[in-house]
Amino acid sequence: MAWFKRNKEGITTSTSEKKETPEGLWYKCPRCKVITAVEDHQANLWVCTNCNYHEKINAKEYFQILFDNGQYVELDPNMKSVDPLNFVDTKKYTDRLSEAIKKVKVNEAVTTGVGKLNGRDIVIAAMNFNFIGGSMGSVVGEKIARAMKYGLKHKVPVMTISKSGGARMMEAAYSLMQMAKTAAWIARMREAGVPYISFLTDPTTGGVTASFAMLGDINIAEPGALIGFAGPRVVKETIGKDLPEGFQTSEFLLEHGFIDFIVERKNIKQKVDFFLQCVM
Amino acid sequence: MEYLDFEAPIKEIEEQIAKAKQLQEETKVDMTSTLEELHHRLNQTRKHIYENLTAWQRVQLSRHPNRPYTLAYINYLTNGQFLELHGDRNVKDDKAMVGGWGLLDGRGVMFIGQQKGINTKMRQYRNFGMANPEGYRKALRLMKMAEKFNKPVVTLIDTPGAYPGLEAEERGQGEAIARNLLEMSVLKVPIICIIIGEGASGGALGIGVGDRVYMLENTWYSVISPESCSSILWRSWNFKEKAAEALKLTAKDMLEHGLIDGIIPEPLGGAHTDHETTFKTVKQYIIKALEELEPMKPEERIDQRIAKFTSMGVYAED
Ligand SMILES: [Zn+2]
Repeated sequence: MAWFKRNKEGITTSTSEKKETPEGLWYKCPRCKVITAVEDHQANLWVCTNCNYHEKINAKEYFQILFDNGQYVELDPNMKSVDPLNFVDTKKYTDRLSEAIKKVKVNEAVTTGVGKLNGRDIVIAAMNFNFIGGSMGSVVGEKIARAMKYGLKHKVPVMTISKSGGARMMEAAYSLMQMAKTAAWIARMREAGVPYISFLTDPTTGGVTASFAMLGDINIAEPGALIGFAGPRVVKETIGKDLPEGFQTSEFLLEHGFIDFIVERKNIKQKVDFFLQCVM
Repeated sequence: MEYLDFEAPIKEIEEQIAKAKQLQEETKVDMTSTLEELHHRLNQTRKHIYENLTAWQRVQLSRHPNRPYTLAYINYLTNGQFLELHGDRNVKDDKAMVGGWGLLDGRGVMFIGQQKGINTKMRQYRNFGMANPEGYRKALRLMKMAEKFNKPVVTLIDTPGAYPGLEAEERGQGEAIARNLLEMSVLKVPIICIIIGEGASGGALGIGVGDRVYMLENTWYSVISPESCSSILWRSWNFKEKAAEALKLTAKDMLEHGLIDGIIPEPLGGAHTDHETTFKTVKQYIIKALEELEPMKPEERIDQRIAKFTSMGVYAED
């Protein structure tokens, strides 16, 4: 798992320093610094009206954008993490969990739901980045696998929306095996002809990139998202050189053959719909 | 419009027509009968030239700069309802090979093809329609996706060859093409391949193993281009016309030898003179082929596909 911060113009992935504007009435864009009313920002799907910076949003917001009338039924809403290894770093894992639940007001780093997209049933698993860095532990892996099982059982397309620092260190190898678990169910969907769309958003890294996020029938990404396996700081330290401009952005990945196209948040629903029309 | 050397008589008449029209405009003298006469001559000349094309002239036509390219076909066939997909999931997105989902009269079809550039800058960008290994691997990825969703594949072939570059070799150009031949032989969904321009060797065949393989009337398909053939066998670039004849690379020859399944006629004067009619004819052929192929069981299609390619070759034994 990696929390990191990119100093290059425009992209900051630090989790703490935003949304600190007074009273929550104003939004200050971390890229262009232009201030807009929260209402306007929201109406623009949390995309900066000035520079098109796509602010990180959670499952709840993506569900509002994608599901018809924002209506869906949540799957496994009560599944919660436990602490199988009695893990303690600077904090106890159990404390981190309860703090995250309290702060983010969701039970885990992924929320899964079933609803309709332009009248067609779809299962969506969307990550909550501010829940322990959107990291994947047993619950994230299990909920995603179950979302895929739902898709298989009901012949309904599945979409994941990745936004994650990677695997969750506090669950060690349990966390690692979630990569294999999710990949296995994607293989089952391939056998059964169930469409699987992977939507990568800022940031998608580590074990999430190295499993379900890269395995879509189509992989698509929001503009300017950080997408990679190793975090940029690790790569930089390893090679002892500055990273090239645009390294590990959506645009970089498109050029290198890993994503099918880049899509702005306002167009995502229509693009997914068209893809499903073609394949179903 | 650009004219090929053998089209000079056509160019001359078309210029006369333009002149007559201009004169009529300026002097208000009625030129109707002159124009009628000129149009008649134009038609006769076209007919005469196009009914007696040499193999080399067809090669020239297949490369005519005003000829429509792959994306133009896809745009017409899907009525603009096309979702282009990119990348081989390995190293790169190859701009010389394009593909994606389109709706053909409401049904999902995977379209794949080499893309040439429409001007100097775009020709560079598209690498002159010469794909690298990642282009063939992108094509294969898309075909496997079509297979997953049980949707047909239509490939549009137009390439002077697979790219003969250093990195192409490092990344396994040969392996990439070979793998496509194998996978296309046993792909469970219908595959329709159409040579719309140049069908040069393995670079063309790499997306050319299908249940139906058609050539447009003024295209060529062979193991080597006439120029390269001339340079290798005649040890000179000057025998390209001879080489073109010898290679039997025209649609007519290919059909006679049982190496393709049909010829798609072009409008008089070639595809470049009337894109729309060309697109329409191609669409009719695709629809008809799909109607024949889709009711068949996958195993049946695969058996026939393999039997067809197995039957190709001439030999003697006692
Ligand atoms: Zn901004």
